[in-house]
Amino acid sequence: MASLKEVLAKITSVKKTKKITRAMNMVASSKLKGAQSAMESFRPYAEKFAEVLGNIADKAGDETSPLLMPAEEINNTHIVLMTSDRGLCGGFNTHLIEAAEEFANEQLNQGRNVSFTNFGKKGRDWCRKNKFQRDKEYLNVVGGKFGFNVASTAGQELIDGFLNESYHEVHVVYAQFKGMASQPPAIKQLLPIPVLQSGEKAEADEDSPYMAEHIIEPTPDELLNEMLPRNIYIQLYNALLETSTSEHAARMKAMDNATKACDDMIESLTLAYNKARQAAITMELMDIVGGAEALKG
Amino acid sequence: MAENLKLEVVTPEKYVVSEDAQIIMAPGSLGEFGVLRGHTPFLTSLKVGRLHYKDASGKDRELFVSGGFAEALPDRVTVLAEAAERRSEIDLDRAKAALERAQERLAQEKAENLNYERARAAMYRALERIKLAESARG
Repeated sequence: MASLKEVLAKITSVKKTKKITRAMNMVASSKLKGAQSAMESFRPYAEKFAEVLGNIADKAGDETSPLLMPAEEINNTHIVLMTSDRGLCGGFNTHLIEAAEEFANEQLNQGRNVSFTNFGKKGRDWCRKNKFQRDKEYLNVVGGKFGFNVASTAGQELIDGFLNESYHEVHVVYAQFKGMASQPPAIKQLLPIPVLQSGEKAEADEDSPYMAEHIIEPTPDELLNEMLPRNIYIQLYNALLETSTSEHAARMKAMDNATKACDDMIESLTLAYNKARQAAITMELMDIVGGAEALKG
Repeated sequence: MAENLKLEVVTPEKYVVSEDAQIIMAPGSLGEFGVLRGHTPFLTSLKVGRLHYKDASGKDRELFVSGGFAEALPDRVTVLAEAAERRSEIDLDRAKAALERAQERLAQEKAENLNYERARAAMYRALERIKLAESARG
């Protein structure tokens, strides 16, 4: 049996760990609130944008933008991998990386080159370890405070790459935020832009009091060409927001579990401590009694 | 007094404006345009520049918008911009720093370069912000 002192030291150390995990849990939960509110404030913009874009897409002619045109032969696939910068969030990064790995292998098996843009240290480290080509990395974005400009800068790079044919396809791997308990990884194609869904037409039109067609300036095609790159930024921004929110949710859960595990450990250690103490007392008593018996002799 | 229409200015980060206005003037890509209640449905891209409107009490209000889109409907105008600020919210120092940076970059880059275009766009944004912020004091 471990000595009293050892057990006591262990208890103190677990208690300290528990303090840390609990603090991290609280930090994550407050950051989660921030991330969720950022997601919510983005929603009106995204919804309105999708509505307008759908409207325009109906009116513009086909084959207007190079961003919509698939490459004739796909040799280079680019993957935007979003992970967190820091660990201690359960299987969050592992799941994302697994999803990316599976997708990358699929692409490699088809004889395509795979390159990466990394958001977050964990994904970057993984790419580095596996010697993937890394084109760009953005650290301290996921999980922190970031603005739309991050997404537009990154989006611009991707579009440039697509237009000069370094990338024939661009996909993004991110964590969907489906609620506190579920943040599954998801893969979405960014470029070429998948066929646009036209806005909710038919039904909406009947209810809508505005029957008149929109006047569009400059022309539907030009406007569409301006909107499409922004659509990419929006997708990226959205993916970033979801990944950040998911990271905090995952960390909260992980830290909650850790705190509970600490409680369990403290309980069993306290039991061991009490047993050890009792054993020591009994031993001392035995000694005294034994000594007294011997003196009686 | 004519009826009001609703103005909404939305950026990816927040609602900048959501209030009633009597008239709205916005910098369309083919020229500035004004919207009163009952405007025919209209959709346009915007230039970097100044959007101004009279609020319900008839006070003039000004905003900076960094391009984007505007949709006008008979009873409301929605502006989707990547960035938009009320005049009082413009960070003048930051705009000035951005202007300097953009000018430096313009001096270095070649004209056909993509970065050149970006620096020029950044310069315009900074200039418009400064112009608007300083017009308040003049």
